[in-house]
Amino acid sequence: MIRFDDVAVRYPRAGADALNGVSLSAHAGALTAVVGPNGSGKSTLVRALIGRVALARGRVFVDDRDAVAMDRAELARNVAVVTQREELAFPVTVDDYVQLGRFPHLGIWHAAGAADRRAIDESVEAAGVTALRDRRVDALSGGEWQRVRLARALAQGGRALVLDEPTTFLDVGHEMAVFELLHRVARSGLAVLLVSHQLNLVARFADRIVLIHGGLVAAEGAPEDVMRAEILERVYEWPLVVTRDPAIGAPALVPLRSR
Amino acid sequence: MKPSRWALLVLALFVAAVLAIAIGTIRVPISALADAFRGSQSTSAFVVRSLRVPRVVLATLVGAGLGMSGAALQGTMRNPLAEPYLLGVSGGAAVGAVVATVLGFGVALVPVAAFVGAIVAVLAAFFVARAAGSRGDARVLLMAGVVVGAFANAAIMVLLANAEANVVRNALWWMMGSVADATWPQINVLFGYVLVGGTALILLGRNVDVLALGEDAAAGLGLNVDRAIRDVFVIASLVAAATVAAAGLIGFVGLVVPHIARGLGARRHRALIAASGIVGATLVVLADLLGRVLRPPSELPLGAVTALVGVPFFLAKLRHLR
Repeated sequence: MIRFDDVAVRYPRAGADALNGVSLSAHAGALTAVVGPNGSGKSTLVRALIGRVALARGRVFVDDRDAVAMDRAELARNVAVVTQREELAFPVTVDDYVQLGRFPHLGIWHAAGAADRRAIDESVEAAGVTALRDRRVDALSGGEWQRVRLARALAQGGRALVLDEPTTFLDVGHEMAVFELLHRVARSGLAVLLVSHQLNLVARFADRIVLIHGGLVAAEGAPEDVMRAEILERVYEWPLVVTRDPAIGAPALVPLRSR
Repeated sequence: MKPSRWALLVLALFVAAVLAIAIGTIRVPISALADAFRGSQSTSAFVVRSLRVPRVVLATLVGAGLGMSGAALQGTMRNPLAEPYLLGVSGGAAVGAVVATVLGFGVALVPVAAFVGAIVAVLAAFFVARAAGSRGDARVLLMAGVVVGAFANAAIMVLLANAEANVVRNALWWMMGSVADATWPQINVLFGYVLVGGTALILLGRNVDVLALGEDAAAGLGLNVDRAIRDVFVIASLVAAATVAAAGLIGFVGLVVPHIARGLGARRHRALIAASGIVGATLVVLADLLGRVLRPPSELPLGAVTALVGVPFFLAKLRHLR
């Protein structure tokens, strides 16, 4: 569904490439996670997909079509993106905010129609924020806000969902709720590409993990193949052990104290 | 926003306009207003038809233009303190007007020069922003506008340093703003700009909703961010420049009005921009009326009245933002 092919990106005036030839795919029906240390280039991948950074090399494909050359609205109708940071300068209600997800479907003259209303109702329901619809977004808690942002992305109605660290600032319960939701979304047939720092959650929920380090793919595969101590120690430069989580036996990372 | 609120806004504008036509050095009874419009030849009818009505219509258009321009710019720049004057439009227009006056251009050409000056300033701000390496970054554009405005101020001071008294007075008229000398040709030109520009801004309001989320999020929703910012910036600047050409610099309207409109419940930008047009018109009509009645028979400059109202508002808003 989404495929990065040898993508290299260099920010203006930066000494080194943010991405230095990354190839990875996110398939329909699967949850693909991109992990890696701070500054490894994870967010740059997302920005490359939506055309916010120029590619120095390589291409990004959506359904075998060049995403860079695609019409912006058409890309947005296929792929919904939840960016890392988003702060509304002028807060609106949750309902109005989720409606913005229908933006790529509306022309400049068109008002939202029945299909748009239905997509909004369904996504609000799926994200579990129906009760919040009349609240203003600046009155939401961190967990509510992330779920509302998910509802907006789902309302976009695409076949792929790309999220850049959607569980930042969330407590364990809210974090789990978001991952369960993303898992359900993937199982419903969407391609989900998730950038995250939550290695242990990713190991339990993701179908595939891509580990990025220094603008390159350091490892990729099923959680068992990537969540290995020798790989993670090298990339994160910290001593750690990998054990099994007691519930489902997924690999679980335990970083060690330095003494 | 509820339909009843819209009706209330329009009613407020109507009442303000009627008051502004009736009240002044020569007080016209409301009953005589109708006669004036039916073609009565009395003195008060003359005052109403040839002085008050053009003045109120000009004030309405200036306020509507500044209000809509400010609302669109605040959303696009994601900055509740943005307004046309912060983007260099004012400084550029003033430089144009002062240059025309210093060069001895006729009165008819001064507004044209002000308009050209405003457009040059906007282009300069764009150029500075591009040179800074960011085509569409709203914050860089805002900074560039402030810098261009500061440069324009310096240019005015240089131009006026050795100018004759009447040139200085004329320049001052521009910098203080006024709707006192309204003429119909002038009004017609501004009407065209406010109608076309305002309609375009309202249509672009949906883009502004998306831009207000931030540039990456807007791009993710399929908006061509650079082009969308440029569209709003250029149209809002044109509308603001047209108001400056017609009535000089009237500050703080573009800043204050969108906040009032938001307070009245207009949240999405199509509604917000439209409501800001009505609120802005009402505010400028009332400010002009206030300037006429506070110390009769002399008139306070319109720009000074809006600033006196706007500065405390600005400070309160600044406090609230922290």
